[in-house]
Amino acid sequence: MEDTILSAESTILETRHLVAGFDGKDVVKDISIAVPAGRITAIMGPSGCGKTTFMRCINRMHELVANAQVTGQVLLDGEDVYKLNPILLRRRIGMVFQRPNPFPTMSIYDNVVAGYNLNGARLARVDRDRIVEETLRRVTLWDEVKDSLYRRGTFLSGGQQQRLCIARALAMKPEIVLLDEPTSALDPKATAAIEELIVSLKGVVTIVQVTHNIPQAARISDYTAFIHLGELVEFGPTKTLFTVPRDKRTEEYLSGKFG
Amino acid sequence: MKKNGASAPRLDPAVAARVRGDFVFRALVLVLSLVATIPLLLILVFIIVRGASSINWQFISELPKPMGEPGGGISNAIVGTLLLVIIATVVSVPLGVIAGIFLSEHGKSRLGNVARISVETLMGIPSIVLGIVAYVWIVRPMGHFSALSGGLSLAMIMLPVITLSTEETLLMIPLTLREAALALGVSYPRTILRVILPAGMSGIITGILLAVARGAGETAPLLFTSFGNPFMTVNILKPMASLPHTIFTYATSPYPEWQTLAWGAAFVLLVIVLTLNIVTKLVTSRWKIQF
Repeated sequence: MEDTILSAESTILETRHLVAGFDGKDVVKDISIAVPAGRITAIMGPSGCGKTTFMRCINRMHELVANAQVTGQVLLDGEDVYKLNPILLRRRIGMVFQRPNPFPTMSIYDNVVAGYNLNGARLARVDRDRIVEETLRRVTLWDEVKDSLYRRGTFLSGGQQQRLCIARALAMKPEIVLLDEPTSALDPKATAAIEELIVSLKGVVTIVQVTHNIPQAARISDYTAFIHLGELVEFGPTKTLFTVPRDKRTEEYLSGKFG
Repeated sequence: MKKNGASAPRLDPAVAARVRGDFVFRALVLVLSLVATIPLLLILVFIIVRGASSINWQFISELPKPMGEPGGGISNAIVGTLLLVIIATVVSVPLGVIAGIFLSEHGKSRLGNVARISVETLMGIPSIVLGIVAYVWIVRPMGHFSALSGGLSLAMIMLPVITLSTEETLLMIPLTLREAALALGVSYPRTILRVILPAGMSGIITGILLAVARGAGETAPLLFTSFGNPFMTVNILKPMASLPHTIFTYATSPYPEWQTLAWGAAFVLLVIVLTLNIVTKLVTSRWKIQF
């Protein structure tokens, strides 16, 4: 039943027997999942279960940490990302972090086009203006900042900063955006705004979101993967996983028995 | 305080003891902080009183007069100090900043540890020893004293200050900033040059200015490198006058006129160093980056 639903979607990203960790200790143990294109996929699990490490393997940020190791395959449109140039790969897979991290030396405007500027891409002024406005409208920040585009991004509130960071990732027109608990440092109101924004991106871009917030995964995701102790316990449509979990551990986690 | 004593309800003895302790401690901190500023204040007052009187346009713009003639200035020493500091800065800033970047990036590697120990040791070497080194390396082969050798000996003094302050500054920059750039597909060198360095700019400039202030006041290594020169020169291959060296020569001379000149030169040097320190403070507060 689950397989038929998944096969109705086209896969954009696939991991095959992904094993990753630090100092010879595996944190992610043999995870194979297929992420459907244009959907929101939540990676859910208790703290320290390896979900962030799993996600950082997708855009090869994991290997930047000293003594990190990874085996297995990650396929983006069927291409093994470990055979691609990591720099080019990361332009195709955007990432948003737990804590908002706009570039402190740059204005709001420059933060949005930072991906272009820092890579030395020369854009015509009109193109840059267009990208900035489009992207800021996309993340519903335009009306709030259009009069202060040249102020530093760090003057914004936490929620605004996080939307700016999402804009920075979206401006590169990535195929996938990885969100690493993007609301964990925000208050409930800012969280709601970000959730609404994520849902509005459905169909525009594929989203993979790590969260340890169970209700959030239920609210916004189309598919959910539940990871526990580095292993993939269950993966399927969010509705199915939340209402009729197949694995006993999923049921226990959802009912708050651990995690 | 007064109204507590009579009308307010009496404090619990234990609380009263804590309040007293608090008061004593605060008073102690205040007094000791004041004591710490006394040496600086004394030096300032002393130099201003003795030196300011000899400061006038002639003093700044003219060359020293031969013994016996009244007047004369120290323009050669002012120009000399500026040139020496420029030579030292040109050499030590690129090396120091690059070494600081290396230490902050790969400080835990074997080479990083060796580099850090070397730099810290260099920091502890007395400046007169660095002067001798510059003497043996440059003055002896060249056959005569030169501003170049003086500038290089100052560079050796400034190098560790710049390196360590750059490293310290860059280590304070949050990892998340670097990840933000890398996750956008920015290459490692560009991440360092265009994200990490600008974010640490105020700290790096502070380190450079402090190093300059230190280098400008050094005397010992200049004794056998740039030596001194009663005439104006801008040729860095020739011996060159400098403020610290001028102070040394004039102050140790038996002539009261020259000793007055020494006080004036000390005043000028003090003004330069104080200005640098104040500019440093301004840079730190104005360019402070909030993460």
